[in-house]
Amino acid sequence: MRNPINLAIICLVTLCWSCKNNTEFKPSLPILGNFEVVNGDTIRHRIPDFSFMNQDSVIITNETFAGKLYVTDFFFTSCPSICPKVKKEMLRMYEKYKNEERIRFISHSIDTKRDSIPRLKEYASNLDVSAEFWHFVTGDKSKLFKIANDYFVSALEDPGAPGGFDHSGRLILVDKNRHVRAFCNGTVPEEVDAFMEQIDQLLETEY
Amino acid sequence: MRQSIKVLVFLGLIASCQQQYPQGERIYRAYCANCHMEDGTGLVWLIPPLADADYLKKNRADVACIIRNGAPGGLVVNGTTYREPMPSFKNLNEVELSNLINYINNAWGNDHPETSPEKVLADLEQCDEK
Repeated sequence: MRNPINLAIICLVTLCWSCKNNTEFKPSLPILGNFEVVNGDTIRHRIPDFSFMNQDSVIITNETFAGKLYVTDFFFTSCPSICPKVKKEMLRMYEKYKNEERIRFISHSIDTKRDSIPRLKEYASNLDVSAEFWHFVTGDKSKLFKIANDYFVSALEDPGAPGGFDHSGRLILVDKNRHVRAFCNGTVPEEVDAFMEQIDQLLETEY
Repeated sequence: MRQSIKVLVFLGLIASCQQQYPQGERIYRAYCANCHMEDGTGLVWLIPPLADADYLKKNRADVACIIRNGAPGGLVVNGTTYREPMPSFKNLNEVELSNLINYINNAWGNDHPETSPEKVLADLEQCDEK
């Protein structure tokens, strides 16, 4: 008789322990980038004001993403190197989150000469994605290159690079307070998997 | 004697398991996989698939020309028109093209007849006339 009771106690303790572990609070993601201390307040790195135009000729600003988190990257439609791979990975994310109101995507084209609004429109429709969820934007060239720096992405014109531009395939996660919270190499599926886990974590803890 | 037969059978098994066109696979990964993807699935309606693509079955003689000279866009693959142009790869010689085409023709469930450097050269001569 004693043994079954002992067994039951052990089972109960194990169950409680596993429940406790499941509900364990996940720490929030760090805010990335440099910070400065002004009058005792810590000022964190934030994405500055921006204004670009998407594939439907709609002006896209920081306000477009108010209260949401967004994933962003830099690309160009005729890019023969890493862009299609990154887009394939972003499509995987799109499929997962397309019904999620708290997330949006924005892809910045760095080829302002060739990637006109109609070109971006065609590109987006060939990817079969909704303009409401995923913005493909263009705008002032210097502003696009400048904001790439704010997202910690390298993007520069280089006649020697495939397609004329050198840029990284990084995906960046920005929260509702314009802070960069995570990034990954968009050409590596395993990194994108981990990135999506970070998105889920942020949604769970801060939205 | 028996031992050496066993070794030969074992080595034969290993050889048969290996990729038939290792150079073709290397070239594919270097020049093609970025757009057509490593699994040959392409990218939605932007970049056509190579896996199970009817175009490869119907237009065998054009494949070498398309890789060497690029394509202006407008190819129809499995009923979809792909408008993005494809860049040219003039750096690939007939042996490399032949290995690459044989790799594509036998990867991801594709099963198309084998080509050769001689056949590729003949195909390339014809594409200049088109």
